[in-house]
Amino acid sequence: MADNALFEFLHMEIVAHVYKEQATREDIDKERVTCVSTLELMGFRVGQGLIERFTKDCPTFKDDLDIMKFLCKDLWSTIFKKQIDNLRTNHQGTYVLQDNKFALLTQFSSGKQYLEEAPKYLAFSCGLIRGALSNLGLESVVTAEVSLMPSCKFQVVIQKL
Amino acid sequence: FIRFVVLINYPLYIRSVPTQGELKFHYTVHTSLDVVEEKISGVGKALADQRELYLGLLYPTEDYKVYGYVTNSKVKFVIVVDSSNTSLRDNEIRSMFRKLHNSFTDVMCNPFYNPGDPIQSKAFDSIVSTMMVQAC
Repeated sequence: MADNALFEFLHMEIVAHVYKEQATREDIDKERVTCVSTLELMGFRVGQGLIERFTKDCPTFKDDLDIMKFLCKDLWSTIFKKQIDNLRTNHQGTYVLQDNKFALLTQFSSGKQYLEEAPKYLAFSCGLIRGALSNLGLESVVTAEVSLMPSCKFQVVIQKL
Repeated sequence: FIRFVVLINYPLYIRSVPTQGELKFHYTVHTSLDVVEEKISGVGKALADQRELYLGLLYPTEDYKVYGYVTNSKVKFVIVVDSSNTSLRDNEIRSMFRKLHNSFTDVMCNPFYNPGDPIQSKAFDSIVSTMMVQAC
């Protein structure tokens, strides 16, 4: 289906655009931070809307782990056409989601090349996860790390109030 | 008469027919929130909480039936109807909630809507209007 490719291209263009906008301003240091925040916020809003649509017909979630499992299986399959490969937790609010072939990174390389560019392309997805969780009632902090493309890990820390 | 409310923990949208006596209904809706909270925290329930009948709010002159519905994103819909309006069957109420939920999802996905703001979407308004006309 062509819709995967559509989103991937759009995403690449969004990242490029946000960075180009920022490059016209002078401050280089702030550049990276604001770009990543912008992308993350975009993802956040998208995550909120997506969750509303996808959980319309689901029964209520029993607990946090249930929510994370839903995220890993249903949400990830709907958006990236595959599930999260590995979910780990310390049962105290921290979860690590590992995707061995992250759809938005597969086009870059299958090793270490372009590693330093990867975080830009993960910001949107981090925001997506954060937005989805926020609408399900869980405030969280989501970060991502890549050591070997196209595999990446998303770390979710649930903020207990 | 009939009255629709959409709220998180504060109202996002209120619409009623007829439009007088607002204050009384605000109170009704807030107390029904408590009952909804109670039901949500009843752990182990696999079904989305779809309704609550009869809060026991029986006024001397009028009876009300209050129905509630909660989505997974903790948005609550409340419908208040006149008890004398017995023509509204249970599955009609359920279908009204489905329609509300569907329109709400559309509102959520609208990029011009910020979650947490009052709902100003005309599409949402018209769906609610059609339901009000059907119900009364």
